[in-house]
Amino acid sequence: MPGLLRRLRPRPQWLLLVPALTLLAWILLVPLGNSFLRSVGNGDWTLRHYESLFTDGVTMRVLVRTALTAAAVTVIAFLLGYPYAYLMTRVGPRMRGVLLIIVLIPFWTSVMARNYAWIVILQRNGPVHSFFELFGLDVVLYGTVAGVTVAMSQVLLPFMVLPLFSALSGIDRRLLLAARGLGSHPLVAFWKIYWPLSRAGVVAGLILVFTLSLGFYVTPALLGSPQQSLVAQLLGQRTTLLLDFSGAGALGMLVLVVTLVLVAWANRLGGTISAIGVVAAARTKDQP
Amino acid sequence: MTATKTDNPPGTQRRPAPARRRRRATSVDPIPWWLKLVGALVALYFILPTLFVIPMSFSTASTFQFPPTGFSLKLYENFFTDPTWLASLRTSVLVGVLAASLATVVGTAAAIGLHSLTGRLARLARTLLMVSIVTPSIVIAVAVYISFLKWHLVGTLSGYVLAHAAIGVPFVLVSVTSALSGFDPKLLRASASLGATPIRTFLFVTMPLISRGIVTGAIFAFVTSFDEVVIALFLRAPTFQTLPVQMYNSVTVEIDPTIAASSSLVVVAVTVICLVLFVGNRKSR
Repeated sequence: MPGLLRRLRPRPQWLLLVPALTLLAWILLVPLGNSFLRSVGNGDWTLRHYESLFTDGVTMRVLVRTALTAAAVTVIAFLLGYPYAYLMTRVGPRMRGVLLIIVLIPFWTSVMARNYAWIVILQRNGPVHSFFELFGLDVVLYGTVAGVTVAMSQVLLPFMVLPLFSALSGIDRRLLLAARGLGSHPLVAFWKIYWPLSRAGVVAGLILVFTLSLGFYVTPALLGSPQQSLVAQLLGQRTTLLLDFSGAGALGMLVLVVTLVLVAWANRLGGTISAIGVVAAARTKDQP
Repeated sequence: MTATKTDNPPGTQRRPAPARRRRRATSVDPIPWWLKLVGALVALYFILPTLFVIPMSFSTASTFQFPPTGFSLKLYENFFTDPTWLASLRTSVLVGVLAASLATVVGTAAAIGLHSLTGRLARLARTLLMVSIVTPSIVIAVAVYISFLKWHLVGTLSGYVLAHAAIGVPFVLVSVTSALSGFDPKLLRASASLGATPIRTFLFVTMPLISRGIVTGAIFAFVTSFDEVVIALFLRAPTFQTLPVQMYNSVTVEIDPTIAASSSLVVVAVTVICLVLFVGNRKSR
């Protein structure tokens, strides 16, 4: 009986959650809820605004461009992040600490400082342009989707490296040595043994980077061109320039749902590597 | 690497042991040279933007041209004398301090509450509190902007503080939760059995033990607010805006190289804060 009584009585600890939940409900959930209601016609229950996302000709083009950019960022982050995370598992503890601090640098470089630096690096007559001119090429990445991709990959690389490092450091390297001792070529040993064991971390990192790149606003706005805008810019324009709050609401809901579904998927696939946990831990530098 | 060179006299006692260990490790399972090269290049990519910011801040040019010309403190002087830059710095510090305080109070309370709660509902509450970390900030910004228009919070101090506090809560929650994981709940019973009220127990037992987590969370809530640009761009008023928004203006509206000085100051300040935290956490372990 006392057990039942205890279960029925609300536990006083819940009171401690009230302020935080109130703040979040008021500042995030109510605005997002309003935004949703406006997107379905404010009580008229229409899907008109969602339909026009697919039929207005602009939105779909921007969405496809955003997805392709996100995919390019993800591939670059993977190609650079995998060897880096692997190297982190191989070096001594002191060097690993140094490599970890370097990974975290993009987090503590201010957003505006970083984007300003990329403008300097990628602009006409900037270092990258001059580098290409050495080979007789006239390549200016500033104002192009390629420039946006380079800048976004840099800041999203930690989200690839951290889950990968956490997955790779759990792999017993003696398996590789055993395979080689039994006469396997190093590449075959890697492909048949190491790669399958690292796949959970790879998938988590891929989904995480792809998802986070969908929502970038400042980098494409500053380094890209208005003719080739990504979805976040479109969302901003619909809201502040066109005052199309219903259309912006529908587009925002689409981005939000895609993001949350992908993150939940990454969380599930990652198993012990919680995507949200990785993000938060990386930001609070609470890595062991 | 220099330690492995055998130019020391053969009679020394200490050297041979580590050298032999190193040789054996490299012969069986070496780190290939190309991996080290790739690692170095990726590391360079990580720090590349930071390398450009500080030299640019000493330039005498009135554009963003690179390499910077001359050497002067003109941009720093601009930053500290121009009323627009100074006002935006003041706004950012004020908003950051207030938002971080609010986020720390409600976030710490929530973390302590969640620490002793289990079950589906508690997990749902934790997810809800954390979800803003993965929500694209443009989606939050647009929704908050439209609602704040109606509530007359756009361009006001309370608007900035509330929005930034809401996105700062997850950072406090994570760091206080991790501090609590090393906390022995038997101490609470011990304290209660000695006659302390729950509030006294919190102030004199719990709080000192998790203070590092609270401080870490507060600092990250501050940095998050101080660095936040997307929501602040939507909530700005022409005469009342934060430093990142002023920096945004300086590359879009006006081409103002003062942003180089401002960037360098922010980067150095945040790096110092992070290093202090990092070293502090290392020492305590």
